[in-house]
Amino acid sequence: MSLKQDFTRGIFLENPTFRLILGMCPTLAVSTSLVNAIGMGAATTFVLLGSNILVSLFRKLIPSNIRIPAFIVIIATFVTIVELIMQAYFPALSKSLGIFIPLIVVNCIILGRAEAFASKNPVFPSILDALGMGIGFTGALALLGSIREILGAGTILGHNIFGAGFNPVAIMILPPGAFIALGLLLGLFNSLSKKGKT
Amino acid sequence: MVFFTKLFIIFLSATLVHNYVLNRFLGICPFLGVSKNSSAALGMGMAVIFVMTIASMTTWIIQRYLLIPLDVMFLRTITFILVIATLVQFVEMVIAKTSPTLQEALGIFLPLITTNCAVLGLVTINSDSNLSFIESIVNGLGAGVGFTIVLLFMSAIRERLDLTDVPECMKGIPIAFIIAGLMSLAFMGFAGLVSQ
Repeated sequence: MSLKQDFTRGIFLENPTFRLILGMCPTLAVSTSLVNAIGMGAATTFVLLGSNILVSLFRKLIPSNIRIPAFIVIIATFVTIVELIMQAYFPALSKSLGIFIPLIVVNCIILGRAEAFASKNPVFPSILDALGMGIGFTGALALLGSIREILGAGTILGHNIFGAGFNPVAIMILPPGAFIALGLLLGLFNSLSKKGKT
Repeated sequence: MVFFTKLFIIFLSATLVHNYVLNRFLGICPFLGVSKNSSAALGMGMAVIFVMTIASMTTWIIQRYLLIPLDVMFLRTITFILVIATLVQFVEMVIAKTSPTLQEALGIFLPLITTNCAVLGLVTINSDSNLSFIESIVNGLGAGVGFTIVLLFMSAIRERLDLTDVPECMKGIPIAFIIAGLMSLAFMGFAGLVSQ
């Protein structure tokens, strides 16, 4: 497996959201607008990067039967750092993401990458893996976030794009819209990847 | 009487109005993973109700008598996740001793309650909204019951879905999301039940 593959795998082939169906809770909850989606994606990428580096550095020291609790403590440490940084510098974003910042701890993508990749590979490939997965996750969130913001509020990043005549589909920014939009997107990706194979 | 009315409202709010799966998006992974047949869904639901109730109690005591006096609230997330991990281990041991069939049905999802965001979400919400001891327990119980109800509904629908003609690309998870969306739409009807 080459270094380039370590990086690009998370973005396309093993995209955590569309291919592996991991980390669904934050994906659905914070994709009400593009700003929230990017904020969440950046926070998750930071935690993923930190935990992958640390897990990879200590991979020979952590005994394998207590590795899961050890990984969780490492992840929780970085989440606490993100939580404090967000509260200090981005209070508005921190407020709108709410409990989903502490909940990055239980995002399956991070524990999944620690277990499946960082605990078996040296530091440099682990960094690339974390960046690739982080970008893949952020991209998926941003896609869903833009769709929901455009349809549900008629804006993108807070700028009105349709003019006054547009009647927003309010359901898209409410919980049902999240489920339905993500379901349709997953279906679309399934059919596209099937066409790519044949 | 006022006290019990308040508790009942908290319970109703956690179960139906602010349902943890359909309204707060917590616990989606087990919701999609264990909802393929009803008996596994019921077992998972019971395990979650149990863990949520005990976790609400334990974390409330830890927060009140350990985190606040020592002024270390920034350690909240780490502390809570460790408490939950320990509790889940305990529940797993109890189920393994008492009901091997249930253990087989739940498979890998029991250890995964640790990373079930509904449990960590619940104790974080409890701690953010300054509930009293009894209120936290009722909120935990309500959240667990709400999770179980939705999981059971979903498993019943998916059992019937096996017999229907779903387009190839929508099979499995995508159609499950669409159904969850429709259920969430239906649950929005409860919104007027509790005014907050």
